[in-house]
Amino acid sequence: MSTYRCPVCEYEYDEAAGEPREGYPAGTPWAGLPEDFTCPDCGVREKPDFEPAS
Amino acid sequence: MDWRDGKRYLWPLGLLVPTLPFVAWLGVQLTGLSAFWWIGPFMVFVVFPVLDTISGADPDNPPDEVIAHLEQDRYYRWCTYLYLPIQYATLVFACWLWAYGGLGAVSKIGLAVTVGCVSGIAINTAHELGHKREKAERWLSKVALAQTGYGHFFIEHNRGHHVRVATREDPASSRLGESFWAFLPRSVYGSARSAWRLERIRLSRGGGTVWTIRNDVLNAWAMTVVLFGALLAVFGIGITPYLLLQAVFGFGLLEVVNYLEHYGLARQREATGRYERVRPAHSWNSNFVPSNVLLYHLQRHSDHHANPTRRYQSLRHMDDAPQLPSGYPGMILLAWATPLWRRVMDRRVLAHYGGDVTRANVR
Repeated sequence: MSTYRCPVCEYEYDEAAGEPREGYPAGTPWAGLPEDFTCPDCGVREKPDFEPAS
Repeated sequence: MDWRDGKRYLWPLGLLVPTLPFVAWLGVQLTGLSAFWWIGPFMVFVVFPVLDTISGADPDNPPDEVIAHLEQDRYYRWCTYLYLPIQYATLVFACWLWAYGGLGAVSKIGLAVTVGCVSGIAINTAHELGHKREKAERWLSKVALAQTGYGHFFIEHNRGHHVRVATREDPASSRLGESFWAFLPRSVYGSARSAWRLERIRLSRGGGTVWTIRNDVLNAWAMTVVLFGALLAVFGIGITPYLLLQAVFGFGLLEVVNYLEHYGLARQREATGRYERVRPAHSWNSNFVPSNVLLYHLQRHSDHHANPTRRYQSLRHMDDAPQLPSGYPGMILLAWATPLWRRVMDRRVLAHYGGDVTRANVR
């Protein structure tokens, strides 16, 4: 399970935790997110902009 | 570190705004002049444009190395949180005045416009709170929006406007040649529709329906229904026109600020079809001490769009961003007067694009 970080704010997407509020349950892999997945905190960076954090 | 926040002890002055309905009443009591009911618009549209003109540019710009520390200083947060209890205390007081204060119709309208200045600037407070990661601050954002019925704003603004800013897809980005009066209905309707759509998509991902209390647009609007229902139950149906007028004037202020923040500015499409990332060049900026304090640095708009979760006290002025000739209060007056606005702003948009109108966001 990996973590991906938004380069603008401190938000991290953790595959183990998912992002249930956005409709992505715990265990949703990074590859399972759509390309237009937008940072839930700042809203100004999308999936291709994210960087691996672990 | 040598840098000191020159405005540190000015920020609490923003809390005087929600006291304006009370100040109006006090002014009338002390002088007998009913003109005091109009103190809200007088302060925002006469006093602030004059103060901005004589104050000059705001020199304070926090350097990179102090920002982390500045963000953690909770003093700044309280300057925004405290807006809410004062806002609602004076709303209740205003309802009492409309119902039992013995005011004439013109005075009641003046008071409604003054309350509308409070509820409109409350949207600015809500904007600051709604961008934050803390759940409690997002909830406070919704509470601050309840007075104008604009609870959908914190969804649409963060997830819609910030993503699509300075493109034709954004209802809250105005276009070169578009008057404020044409922009207003487009933004009001388009923003509400977009907020609803964002929540529908979010909730449907988990297989749910949009008709749930977890829908943040619905539960935010429910706050307004409860608030207005309670005020009407206590103070009577007679306050309805004034309650509605303050709400419309309040969200009208937000929309005119939307209008002037990105007028004519456009992000270009990249070869991949994606829009270029948001740059400082995609927001109009303005940098005067009085209106910076009034609006929690909202006018340092390029830095806000580059770093949306950054707290107001840390926002920086950017010299390379396009600059408005006045603070927001003065620019609002221009925006209402279409021919004047176009005379001042159209040539600035064209100059920004080196005369190439095809690079602008055109009506």
